[in-house]
Amino acid sequence: MRYAMAVDTKKCVGCSDCVVACQTENDVPIGYCRDWVVEVMDGTYPQLEIELRSERCNHCGNAPCVRCCPTGASHIAEGGIVLVKPNKCIGCGACIASCPYDARYPHPKGYVDKCTFCIHRVREGMKPACVAVCPTKCMYFGDLDDPNSDVSIILKKRKYKTLIPEAGTKPELYFLI
Amino acid sequence: MNEELIISGRENMMVDPHLHIWHWPIPLYLFLGGLAAGILFFAALFYLMGKENEYRTAVRRIPFIAPVALIVGLAALFFDLRHKAFFWQLYTAIRLESPMSWGAWTLLVITTASVIWCALHIREFFPGWDWRYRWLINLESFFNKYKKVLAWVILIYAVITGIYTGILLSAFNARPLWNTSVLGPLFLASGLSAGAASIVLGSKDKKERLLFTRIDLIILGVELFLIVHMFMGFLASTQVQIEAAELFLGGGYTMVFWIFVVFLGIILPASLDLMELRGYHIPAVIPGLLVLFGSLMFRFVFVFAGQVSRWLY
Repeated sequence: MRYAMAVDTKKCVGCSDCVVACQTENDVPIGYCRDWVVEVMDGTYPQLEIELRSERCNHCGNAPCVRCCPTGASHIAEGGIVLVKPNKCIGCGACIASCPYDARYPHPKGYVDKCTFCIHRVREGMKPACVAVCPTKCMYFGDLDDPNSDVSIILKKRKYKTLIPEAGTKPELYFLI
Repeated sequence: MNEELIISGRENMMVDPHLHIWHWPIPLYLFLGGLAAGILFFAALFYLMGKENEYRTAVRRIPFIAPVALIVGLAALFFDLRHKAFFWQLYTAIRLESPMSWGAWTLLVITTASVIWCALHIREFFPGWDWRYRWLINLESFFNKYKKVLAWVILIYAVITGIYTGILLSAFNARPLWNTSVLGPLFLASGLSAGAASIVLGSKDKKERLLFTRIDLIILGVELFLIVHMFMGFLASTQVQIEAAELFLGGGYTMVFWIFVVFLGIILPASLDLMELRGYHIPAVIPGLLVLFGSLMFRFVFVFAGQVSRWLY
């Protein structure tokens, strides 16, 4: 099992519903976020091109945050999802410094927090909150090892990219281009 | 034009607008750890060379700084943790992939060993010292018997501690400025020079002072070489590392790095050391304090600038 997510940059309108859904679903403290929307503006007026990306933890196959964690609090759970055990985390910040995507943040309670791919929903057969709520249906989630999952099908059909693969992280968050 | 913006708003504290998760306690600890490593390295080395009486300050007196520096450094590390009540989780695992994990265990060994080393030399400062309890006296004679083993342990762990302070940073590929393997030897050299400088500062013996002035001069030369080497590596590397080097080559950290670290911390004290060795009388306190200051600034500049360097946006 290998969970992955694909975001269609051609369908995303940058409404930030995914961000709000995540904050609500996961009780993300005020002022913080586990996912965010990036707008890339390319060219000069009037020849402008915009790419919109809903970003979050890449649940890397070669996760630097898991490697540098001194206690094993950061670990890889089922389906390759990268999680933090709050009662093992000492809040040293090494994983935050090690993440090239800046996807982690120190929770006000002291431990480090991040996107979980809504593992609590996924275990019950639901989609992550951000995917479920997206009004343009631009996000796909599923198991890459299952050829019939939403994410496998869309990645077969469309061209895609990952973010800074040259960092050697083997990201599992795909952007359809 | 290519412009990337987070339009949903992301202001995660200590992460945005750029990473600043590690504040002053980390560079302070890196300096104190390096200083202790340098001091203990010379103490153990000169003891093992059988020059305990010749270089008395280096072997018997200056090491008293080490446990103090290590304990203050550990306190700074603890202070920097955000989930303090769980700090003991560090000692429930040995994770070889994580420099911080084996660093934590190394610190445990070197701190204990340095306290024992000082206890063995306590009569240097309190000639009439009495351990009072039988078991403490037995413990003292036990460690006196195996002092050579203890010195070897200290020597090896001092080198590991010195290098580890650099590897801790160089293991982060996400921060291009830190991601260079030169950082380990460079931090070790910086720690050794700080150690040698404190011996020069503390010694009243002319021969000892001259020897450690010479050692300091050599290490400062090595440091300078490693810094040049580091920039050569950066500038011949990928775009992110070129940009990281530019923080020091015209960017926001240029002045503080070249003035405080390179000129005041390396070139000026090295020149003063050279003049001292040529027979001019230079008050030892000036190059000594400059080296310590440069070593401290080096850690601060590197920890802060490294957090600004990044891959994205």
